[in-house]
Amino acid sequence: MKPIVIENIVKTYRTKKEVVEALKGISFSVNKGEIFGLIGPDGAGKTSLFRILTTLLLQDSGKAYIDGFDVKTDYKQIRQRVGYMPGKFSLYQDLSIQENLEFFATIFNTSIQKNYQLIKDIYTQIEPFKDRKAGKLSGGMKQKLALCCALIHKPSVLFLDEPTTGVDAVSRKEFWEMLHRLKEEGITILVSTPYMDEASLCDRVALIQKGEILSVNTPEGITGQFGKPLWAVKATEMFPLMNAIKADPAVESCYPFGQYHHVVFKTQEHSKEKLENLNANAAFTNFEVHSIQPNIEDCFMALMKD
Amino acid sequence: MQNEKVITAHDLTKKFGDFTAVDHISFEVSKGEIFGFLGANGAGKTTAMRMLCGLSMPTSGTATVAGFDVYKENEQIKKNIGYMSQKFSLYEDLTIRENIKFYAGIYGVSDKHIKEKTASLMEELHMQGEEKTLVRALPLGWKQKLAFSIAIVHDPAIVFLDEPTGGVDPVTRREFWTLIYQASARGITIFVTTHYMDEAEYCNRVSIMVDGRIDALDSPANLMKTYAATSMDGVFLQLARKAQRGE
Repeated sequence: MKPIVIENIVKTYRTKKEVVEALKGISFSVNKGEIFGLIGPDGAGKTSLFRILTTLLLQDSGKAYIDGFDVKTDYKQIRQRVGYMPGKFSLYQDLSIQENLEFFATIFNTSIQKNYQLIKDIYTQIEPFKDRKAGKLSGGMKQKLALCCALIHKPSVLFLDEPTTGVDAVSRKEFWEMLHRLKEEGITILVSTPYMDEASLCDRVALIQKGEILSVNTPEGITGQFGKPLWAVKATEMFPLMNAIKADPAVESCYPFGQYHHVVFKTQEHSKEKLENLNANAAFTNFEVHSIQPNIEDCFMALMKD
Repeated sequence: MQNEKVITAHDLTKKFGDFTAVDHISFEVSKGEIFGFLGANGAGKTTAMRMLCGLSMPTSGTATVAGFDVYKENEQIKKNIGYMSQKFSLYEDLTIRENIKFYAGIYGVSDKHIKEKTASLMEELHMQGEEKTLVRALPLGWKQKLAFSIAIVHDPAIVFLDEPTGGVDPVTRREFWTLIYQASARGITIFVTTHYMDEAEYCNRVSIMVDGRIDALDSPANLMKTYAATSMDGVFLQLARKAQRGE
């Protein structure tokens, strides 16, 4: 059986005033040894799903299995075999690095020495500060310690809820390199992120928005389904250029992407010439247009519209 | 963009004991400019921003914000700037109208003006009829757009935005930047930090802090040329990798 199987999971939160449908019937499964990305903005339902899969929250309906165990009835077995790094730092702030790690190792009936090999690469980066209290660590060090604690009992499945949120581009890159080394140890990883560019670092991804899965595929599979020609346009006057493009009724969408705008037409009869004509009328400076391949964010926005 | 300088900093430095968090940074920001303030975690961005907002006294160097001195006139600075971050924005248990009234009131906007502002703000955000909605009930993206509009409700000379779009969906993120462009066109200077490198490319100029120093400052196009990179991501990685100190 696959390490993670999710079948039609529904979760609704009710208060006196409002009903929030956090998960509206989610289904997908993750293969052994895969890095699987759950990609979507805040409020998409990522954390609710993580909490259900780690047996910390009960779903309203639907089934989910971790290594073949039911999240509702077999929570004891599941808790023994999964590692979970929540989005919010949840270690003991008043224990030192080493004390936190020893605590989690002991809880799982193991020792730091026994599984040292697994955490060695990560732990040696924070080991010089092992007597420092966790509450006094920088964001990047907290993140590394939390990952060590989630790994110390050699879990078969690792759940990482937004490990790179608020982390700078360099540290994010290093974190993903660590994940790829863990994958080689055979650990299955489900990781969530609001950064669309991290999709390309996953074996497969699920795009999630407002409690619904928009698409599940390999990163290449998702961008391959975009299905329409995409144009990158730029000029010195970026903001007026966008307004001019958006005013054209033939344009399906025009979104800024860094130094370019990405443009999609409603029908395929329109193309580069249409944009060149538009420029001929408005005479923008340094106007440039070329065809490009869509990225995950292009696809996410196109799927959000549907 | 006009030539009037809204921020000037010269050798601005902040030390905590023997640790130099901000190390002799010098730069100027023009009226209406969108100025990106980038750096790795721990590079000194927050400390620098706190000094410019009049919340932290520099150890040495000089700086003026909206024409006021950061040492002597920090109270005037606070009145003439707006501030918004992902973490601190609006009061969840107040309605949209109450939040606008609260913030505008704090900044001394008159009641009559607050009424007009509320109406125009709701129209700009396409949220007419939602005045009595609790902020808690709004989707994150709406909250962030509303928080930005409220941060500039008193028409400040400058607005400081600290990672304003973290966790926001990609469409709303772009709508947010449209609001930034509009504010900039009205002459409000934008000082923004972000971890999204595509957003760095929307800025007129970008500075990159490494170990408390500003190691690069130019337009995104020039930075990409200088560092032979095809995107700001490439520029950032080259510079931030040089960092010696941790967070």
